[in-house]
Amino acid sequence: MAGTAVSGGLAARRTWRPAVLVDRRAETRSAHTLVFDVDGWPSHFPGQHLDLRLTAEDGYQAARSYSLAAPPDGQRVEITVQRTEGGEVSPFLTDDFAIGDAAEVRGPLGGWFVWRPEQKEPILLVAGGSGVVPLMSMIRARKRGNSDVEFRLLYSVRSPEDRLFAEELEDLVQNEAGVAVTWIYTRTAPPDSRRSASRLSVEDLRMYGWSPEDEPTTYVCGPTSFVESVATALISIGHDPSRIKTERFGGS
Amino acid sequence: MGSRPDGPELDGNALAGPLSELFTTEMTTAVGRCRGCGNHSAVAEWMVYGPEPGLVARCPGCQGILMRLVRSASVTWLDLSGVSTLRLPASAT
Repeated sequence: MAGTAVSGGLAARRTWRPAVLVDRRAETRSAHTLVFDVDGWPSHFPGQHLDLRLTAEDGYQAARSYSLAAPPDGQRVEITVQRTEGGEVSPFLTDDFAIGDAAEVRGPLGGWFVWRPEQKEPILLVAGGSGVVPLMSMIRARKRGNSDVEFRLLYSVRSPEDRLFAEELEDLVQNEAGVAVTWIYTRTAPPDSRRSASRLSVEDLRMYGWSPEDEPTTYVCGPTSFVESVATALISIGHDPSRIKTERFGGS
Repeated sequence: MGSRPDGPELDGNALAGPLSELFTTEMTTAVGRCRGCGNHSAVAEWMVYGPEPGLVARCPGCQGILMRLVRSASVTWLDLSGVSTLRLPASAT
């Protein structure tokens, strides 16, 4: 069988593998985590993604990229999909794709937007909406690897109900030193929130992020306009552009 | 498919899979030099439009077209004429 010889080599990663949905759970009204069993899945780094391909009965195929939501766990592969209204693939995955259904995946993919547990510098994670998914993979890997590297997450969402992984992040904040989480509400903030609802600003990055002197590596993931305004703001307060990694998502 | 915003929805991170079919090293960390403006950028930083009918990558410096990749069942067509040099990592991640 092709691709079985070299686990994790590029030949293995470009092989389309059968994937069967084994579990799914709702994260919000419009986002669902899908858990696949993928025969022969090579290990992966937090931040990497996969390509998922669906084939219709008439042979029509559609492929999309999705960030891996969790650190390696054998053949179990998790993605979290945000429903995009009018999208071709995501509404099918969030609404219709059922346990036992089959797709194909290839990966893990990407070497740029990746956090490796051997990194020792402080980490700033900036998420816009479902851009939190690859960052959650990093946070979960940090916890699993007992890393003592300090993480700060700024997570921009419209309202509390739109937060992905809210409970898990709250638990992390309460129980584990080393991961600070600031929710940036853009439309509706809860009454006890320390900041009123508004878009992520330079001031937020100053207050809740790292100073350039801390020499953090920053990972920014979200829609294109979000990613670009955050990257520009970080550079404007003195952060080194070469330490800012960005990922824009499509996910239609 | 629904209406699209003006800007790209994707960046070069999404080229990892398609380029893995064509190159033997992990390509998103490769650094390309734009033939138009001379800007150096990692493939991951390119502005990408697609995936249908094909993938188009533009320079984050000048918006010029760096790469076009179109595939059909029988052929793959790769235009890299917007890139004057590509510096590839020595080995895969």
